[in-house]
Amino acid sequence: MELVCPAGSLPALKTAVDNGANAIYFGFRDSTNARQFAGLNFNDKRAAEGIEYAHARGARVFTAINTYPQPEGWSQWKSAVDRAASLGVDAIILADMGLLDYAANKYPEIPRHLSVQGSATSYEALSFYKDNFDIRRAVLPRVLSLDQVRGVAKRSPVELEVFAFGSLCIMAEGRCYLSSYLTDESPNTRGACSPAKAVRWQETAQGLESRLNGVLIDRYGQGEAAGYPTLCKGRFEVEGDVYHAIEEPVSLNTLDLLPALRDLGIRAVKIEGRQRSPAYIAEVARTWRHALDNLEASNQAFAVEPQWQTTLAGLSEGGLTTLGAYHRKWK
Amino acid sequence: MMKLSLGPILWFWSKQTVFDFYARAAEWPVDTIYLGEAVCSRRRELKPGDWFDLARDLKACGKDVVLSTQTLIESEADLRRLRRICDQHEFAVEANDQSALQVAIQNAIPFITGPSMNVYNVATLKVLARQGLKAWNLPVELGKEALGQLLEGLREESIDAPAEVFAWGFLPLAWSSRCFTARHYNLPKDNCEFRCLEHPDGMALRSRESQELFRINGISTLSGSRYDLMRELPEMQRMGVSTIRLSPELQGMDEVVKRFDQVRCGEVPSTDPLQLVEAPPCNGYWYGKPGMDLVGL
Repeated sequence: MELVCPAGSLPALKTAVDNGANAIYFGFRDSTNARQFAGLNFNDKRAAEGIEYAHARGARVFTAINTYPQPEGWSQWKSAVDRAASLGVDAIILADMGLLDYAANKYPEIPRHLSVQGSATSYEALSFYKDNFDIRRAVLPRVLSLDQVRGVAKRSPVELEVFAFGSLCIMAEGRCYLSSYLTDESPNTRGACSPAKAVRWQETAQGLESRLNGVLIDRYGQGEAAGYPTLCKGRFEVEGDVYHAIEEPVSLNTLDLLPALRDLGIRAVKIEGRQRSPAYIAEVARTWRHALDNLEASNQAFAVEPQWQTTLAGLSEGGLTTLGAYHRKWK
Repeated sequence: MMKLSLGPILWFWSKQTVFDFYARAAEWPVDTIYLGEAVCSRRRELKPGDWFDLARDLKACGKDVVLSTQTLIESEADLRRLRRICDQHEFAVEANDQSALQVAIQNAIPFITGPSMNVYNVATLKVLARQGLKAWNLPVELGKEALGQLLEGLREESIDAPAEVFAWGFLPLAWSSRCFTARHYNLPKDNCEFRCLEHPDGMALRSRESQELFRINGISTLSGSRYDLMRELPEMQRMGVSTIRLSPELQGMDEVVKRFDQVRCGEVPSTDPLQLVEAPPCNGYWYGKPGMDLVGL
């Protein structure tokens, strides 16, 4: 299985390569990718340097152009595809049908991967993308249980990549408009969820409050660890109960599932986190490299080393990890 | 004149409630009715045969009927239900997922893309128009500016793809594999006791300052405020919008339809707000603002 790691900067890209990533994905420095953060991502010069570095060491590089262009952005998004093509990337990760069509016609020789933002959760949906845009690979949304992944994998017309570790989206990706409902930006339109520009922290008599465009997302008592106010991970009130009504601040970690994923023929595991530091990428990539190498060497006897879990838990939101939807009971 | 449509019922109502609702709807001045379960695979008060019977009845009453499909497709059972809906040539289907697109295209059935289908540009519509697209819904997070550009682009390319706009009701904003209603009751999703039946308008999710944020409804999350574009109808008419979608609610829907019908006929909208399930109004998306905002009232 291939280890696919994120890079939000050239140092992060190099770190990922040095620590065992088989492939690295990056985005351009604008809204054409789903991790639009100030100061993050690549211009063409940096991207060219990164691609050269990776290729010299046998790693592949993918470009994520996985937001949805509106008419006024169409030429910018199209030119992002052109830029990726001229940089010589190994694949372009796309979600929008119009853009997939453009890439398939103009650059048929460059492999197209369907982004998780393309919301393909069945082999029929995958067949739609395969028939229309000849995609080579698809990244599955983080909403399927292991049994459901098995059902998709059995009849998938394309290679599959699944999320292994990092932030957990609990809504079907590519179809979540919660962020643009509270702010004016969403992953689809601007490549941003709960954007930093809308975040305010306030120390009040009742505790530390986090707000998103004025909306109270959470309030922390003394000694409680405060997290970034991603809107679906706040504490809200439903019929008088105040709780994490949608999801707790927690990260996805699927180390335990590696043998099962391998047996299903999953081609690649993906690490989330282009917004993370090179130090974070280094630790995560190294840990997963060890795990994948052990998996390959040990065949049936693969066992997760406690140290790997400790390392990954330390890098997780709230220090907690979950198998998420892969584990039926989570639902 | 613009057409009025009733979107699929996004809530979970008993079989009798659904039948009663559509018995009344048959008399309302709506042109198109979307029928079927678009949210949760566990909601099976009506069997496929019941939906087909209802569809034929409403068609006999002069309604244009479209069969809706599930938005989040997760299992082989979901695909079986989808194929059953697409295994006919009497009705168009509302494709709410690429799975439905694939099956509809293979069966050569005309399809309408629902509001959860990501249609953000003309190139996407061109792909779909080649393969049986009958009409398309504007994604809920887009507003008049994007819509205007899309309609202009379609005219320039001479593509016949009528546009429908979600104009009244709680906005469907997200779908998850997790059920938030079951979570609220500490029940496993697979044994949810069908508690959604107790909440025919969903459950209000509020901030700890009592601000209405969302409505949880099984695996889906809707807006906490009610989207209302009634006052924008004249502008939509000028822009060339084909159909206005109203999203069913249990109470007062006849009054909602009546008012939208009056406005599309050129009558001045009444200024008193509709008091149904208590919820603040919003229209932000139409103006390119946060969806929850209320502009200009």
